[in-house]
Amino acid sequence: MRVYLDNNATTIVDPHVFEEMEPFFVQKYGNPNSLHQFASDTHKPLKEAMQKIYAGIHAPNEDSVVITSCATESNNWVFKSIYFDYILTGRKNHIIISEVEHPSVIACARFLESKGCKVTYLPINSEGIIEAHTVSAFITDKTALVSIMWVNNETGAIFPIHEIGEICKAKGVLFHTDAVQAIGKVPVDVQLANVDYLTMSAHKFHGPKGVGALYIKKGKELTPLFHGGSQMGGLRSGTLNVAGIVGMGKAMEQAIDSLDFEMHDVKELRDRLEDAVLAIKDTFVVTPREKRASNTILVSFRGVEGEAMLWDLNRQGIAASTGSACASEDLESNPVMEAIGAEADLAHTAIRFSLSRYTTSEEIDFVIDAVNTAVERLRGISSSYAYAPEGHESGLSVGH
Amino acid sequence: MGIDSLIGGTIWDEYSDKVTQLMANPKNMGEITEEQAAAMGAKLIVADFGAESCGDAVRLYWAVTPNDDIIVESKFKSFGCGTAIASSDTMAELCKGKSVDEAVKITNIDVEKAMRDTPDKPAVPPQKMHCSVMAYDVIKKAAAQYKGVDAASFEAEIIVCECARISLSTLREVIRINELTTIEQITDYTKAGAFCKSCIRPGGHEAKDIYLVDLLAEYEKEKLALIADAGDSVSFAQMTIVQRIKAVDKVIDENIRQMLIMDGGNMEILDIKENGSNFDIYIRYLGACSGCASSSTGTLYAIEATLKERLDENIRVIPL
Repeated sequence: MRVYLDNNATTIVDPHVFEEMEPFFVQKYGNPNSLHQFASDTHKPLKEAMQKIYAGIHAPNEDSVVITSCATESNNWVFKSIYFDYILTGRKNHIIISEVEHPSVIACARFLESKGCKVTYLPINSEGIIEAHTVSAFITDKTALVSIMWVNNETGAIFPIHEIGEICKAKGVLFHTDAVQAIGKVPVDVQLANVDYLTMSAHKFHGPKGVGALYIKKGKELTPLFHGGSQMGGLRSGTLNVAGIVGMGKAMEQAIDSLDFEMHDVKELRDRLEDAVLAIKDTFVVTPREKRASNTILVSFRGVEGEAMLWDLNRQGIAASTGSACASEDLESNPVMEAIGAEADLAHTAIRFSLSRYTTSEEIDFVIDAVNTAVERLRGISSSYAYAPEGHESGLSVGH
Repeated sequence: MGIDSLIGGTIWDEYSDKVTQLMANPKNMGEITEEQAAAMGAKLIVADFGAESCGDAVRLYWAVTPNDDIIVESKFKSFGCGTAIASSDTMAELCKGKSVDEAVKITNIDVEKAMRDTPDKPAVPPQKMHCSVMAYDVIKKAAAQYKGVDAASFEAEIIVCECARISLSTLREVIRINELTTIEQITDYTKAGAFCKSCIRPGGHEAKDIYLVDLLAEYEKEKLALIADAGDSVSFAQMTIVQRIKAVDKVIDENIRQMLIMDGGNMEILDIKENGSNFDIYIRYLGACSGCASSSTGTLYAIEATLKERLDENIRVIPL
């Protein structure tokens, strides 16, 4: 059996999405900006896809949802253009982000910092959540931007975006949210949330890789990151990724249709897995269930190093993660674990399971068995689990 | 960069079959009890290295027969990734049958070589080489415990890059002989910094006493000091712009400025520009000098003549 529980890294493309994309490779391959029938063949499907994407986040037609190549591009656009439009011109000199943003936001903030912009990294509380009042406390008249993710990719923690949007609106500060992990998992409404910019990525909700978007509120347009042939209204030049946009539209429609299923049925499976995992001794989960996206668990198994756990799970056919896939090549511990101030010896033990609407009950049963087997084996090898520090007799009871 | 660096996520693909097998079924995993050691007529040694909070920890058990110092049995336990488990297992295997003095000579490089499938292909990717270092360190601790000495006494040299085992003295020498100025060059010449990268600069996986960037800075300072010491003997044309300004300032301080101040004036150097074969020194008169008639004739001539004589024939002084 192969079980995929790494849906916060990427998801399977929904077969209906793939089906809708297919004609745009070999048959309807025209460039939408040309003047002939090949181009015209793409116009209606593109328009419908854009309408689905607008509807998915409740964006008014007067606002812009600009299609990009990925969430990293969308995030880079916001930060670099804030730099050009507000920091470099001397109008503002400060931005606020959380300390647990995606690497594409953290790295942009560090880059701006290297160019002389001040950056406040807001701390999360012991539940792994940003408290809205902390945002309020750090805004000054020189603050250009607040950027706080909607749902954390590692823990699934849902951040109080509506309250933060309220605060930013009242103080007249631009507000960006990286909603990559929120689409299809929690209701996302750009008007209710008072956001000026919102980042999303199709492949996190069963769409194709290589397509993202940036929502931009009317009147809050930014200098383009990509200059060129004036596609996307001149906001983002580059030949339109027709198949990608069509795929993203369909994926968004499916995500909205499946939202109830995600929030109830997927949650039920997730909770069953979580209960079973917590039944193993010396196991800890970050962020209370009701404050998390319905598909995610970040769990620590004391005495079991994260990568070794991934290895054992992989041998049994199970895909999970030690945190952000972007960070899994280096030797560092999970940044969220460090940020919540978990005991230092747990920092290298975090494993993330992220489900999707494709996860089945049988798969969860299989995973529960596999996790138990892996934890038992690795705690048996572990030098730091349950051995007696004094005297050298066997202090290990395998199977606890 | 280059084609092999552009697609990530491949670390597991780079493990040798041996590493994969040892990770799944470590042969020497377990403990040795006092009773078991006594039954072998051996002394039990248990040494720990690393910490869970750093991401890896290993515990080494030895049964050593006291008459000949031979390690008759060797086992390990480990908190760590696949590479850490596989290297600990290999290390325990390599210790068996050796005397304690021989075991101390086992390095992480020996451990890594023993895990290769073929002699020329590394057993683990560069960033995982770090995990085998722990195996080396724990042997030193076990040996130190057996002999009742300090573990540092086995290390004759200060090691800067533990993954590739490159010493401080080697690095200093290679940097100077080859006049290295970048981290990439150091890595090309010595392999230091090619693996876990902790030794390159502060902020890596492990804190160090001295980093490769410190060694480069040290060499850079040395070079600057050399140039500064040679400053008096270098000709004006060979000087850097900063040295030229300092040299001109010095001549003016020693010969001219006092004279101007006595007359209630002063001057400052604005810039020095190379203009064909000439050095144009732009100056501005201050105080009483700025209105003085002689400032564009006699005084100017005196300044220019002094600078020509003391520094370079081709100097021209231009007041603004």
